[in-house]
Amino acid sequence: MSAFFRRHPGAVAWLLLAPGLLYLAVFYIVPTIQMFLVSMQTGSLGAGYQQTFNLAIYPQQISKYWDEFVRSVVFGGSATLLCLALGFPLAYFIAFRGGRYKSLLLFLIIAPFFTSFLLRTISWKIIFADNGMLLGPLKDIGLLPASFHLLATPVAVIAGITYNFLPFMTLPLYVALEKVPISILEASADLYAGTAARFWRVTFPMALPGVVAGSLLTFIPAVGDFVNAELLGNPKSQMIGNVIEGKFLKATDYPAGAALSFTLMFAILAAVLIYARLAGTEQLYGAKA
Amino acid sequence: MAVTPATPATPTGGLARPAGTPWKRFRRFVSRWSLPVYVFVAVAYLALPVLVMIAFSFNDPTGRANLTWNGFSIDAWLNPLGPAGLGDAVLRSVVIAALSTLIATTIGVLMALALVRHSFRGRAATNLLVFLPMSTPEIVLGTSLLTLFITTTQWSFVPKGLLYPLGMSTILIAHVMFNISFVVVTVRARLLGFPTHLEEAARDLFADDWTTFWKVTFPLILPGVVAAALLAFSLSIDDYVITAFTAGQTTTFPLYIFGAQQRGIPVQVNVIGTIIFLTAVAFVVFTTVMSRRQRTDPVDSASIGTKEE
Repeated sequence: MSAFFRRHPGAVAWLLLAPGLLYLAVFYIVPTIQMFLVSMQTGSLGAGYQQTFNLAIYPQQISKYWDEFVRSVVFGGSATLLCLALGFPLAYFIAFRGGRYKSLLLFLIIAPFFTSFLLRTISWKIIFADNGMLLGPLKDIGLLPASFHLLATPVAVIAGITYNFLPFMTLPLYVALEKVPISILEASADLYAGTAARFWRVTFPMALPGVVAGSLLTFIPAVGDFVNAELLGNPKSQMIGNVIEGKFLKATDYPAGAALSFTLMFAILAAVLIYARLAGTEQLYGAKA
Repeated sequence: MAVTPATPATPTGGLARPAGTPWKRFRRFVSRWSLPVYVFVAVAYLALPVLVMIAFSFNDPTGRANLTWNGFSIDAWLNPLGPAGLGDAVLRSVVIAALSTLIATTIGVLMALALVRHSFRGRAATNLLVFLPMSTPEIVLGTSLLTLFITTTQWSFVPKGLLYPLGMSTILIAHVMFNISFVVVTVRARLLGFPTHLEEAARDLFADDWTTFWKVTFPLILPGVVAAALLAFSLSIDDYVITAFTAGQTTTFPLYIFGAQQRGIPVQVNVIGTIIFLTAVAFVVFTTVMSRRQRTDPVDSASIGTKEE
């Protein structure tokens, strides 16, 4: 037996891979194909569905829910940019000035993950409440009008998404910044680079892999999210995730839900590939500069 | 960049003490302290919802909704599984998390070993297949599994009742699926930069492949395996989106929260959330302390030669 594996080293690899590959094939690839097939069915849950290869459902559903698609991209994109703006200084401080508090700070950033994200989002509902701990005092001292509210607005949804995914952005940024050698920064200072030049021409380009990884880790789940819009938003701030959830779990209109879900997956995959290509070349320039 | 202690600047002393004017001192103060203050605020921002959740586990709400502070009470802590169905939901979540962690970690570690230690054709494709589930939004994973499970009722080769009606088995299948990729990525990171000379030494000392694996390889990758298992467990116990589509009538803890959300969440949910949070924190602190202790062992740290982190 052992002799067989020594003669065919590839066989060991395939043996180790077989359970995982089989599992992902059956429960990732097959369901994806199945979803594509279901999207082209016609019928109803009661009368049964027939495979009619009705491709017309795609333009029909996409135009019907175009607003929700656009809103998802806008909300997800805004949250990603906010995460980048909030996460970069955080990661920068931990990487360069964390000192002996480095592990503690990293722990504090990951710690929110140890609670249910639903409970954390519901906590924001408590914090953002019309007369809650945040708006209440501001209204009392007259900084905000009494009618001001945050809940059930797009702002609350974007804030919720930003909160949920900030660690996803901060950790890859930290990993990338951690690798920037201090000696290069010192060298640029010796060559009379000011603080701004040092940051934009040395630190930031070297952190680009982290920016790319972090924005993908944030943007992909943020676009497909429906929990924040459901808990913190209103019916007019629905994202495409809310529509898909409704189609599958409330309306049981499987073909329409499958078509929208498949479109979402395809759009994100395309965006990721384009982004990775663009960022990849930029990274190259950054390394050369 | 040595800075002389500032004394009030005089017009003539400006050159000798460049950092002396109040304005410059103010700017230096701001540039030194703005980042630490920001980090403090950001960490507080991250912690705030968790602290609110813990605080509201001691609330004494007037109605069903636990959304406004009404008074201190430990009633919920004395009866954490009081509300109907909550105990069952928590138990289901723990069982699914444990089983999916066990299965996904086993499958994932084998894949990671193959990907790092062996060269074979199709490695790029395998890496892509591992990467894809992680870069697919959860809602797509959930809905595609749902369409598969529904369709299997028309496939005669799938035993009746195995994948439909939905329930514990379908939730478990879904959780194993999304956990495999995270395990592979975590363990693969640990395996890269792994000292192969220790295994060569073991073989030189006539250890067979099996002994080498269990006596040398496995203890070295164990921290990575533990990290992967912890990640898988926490992803599974907290999952709402994929579970919502694959659960049918079965209720897990996150599904219970979401369902209760409309009619008012019982305080006990915050108690369970707090217990899960504190357990996870205790676990991480424990494993960190253990690995620190291991690292201070001179023989161990010298032989592994692992980097900090």
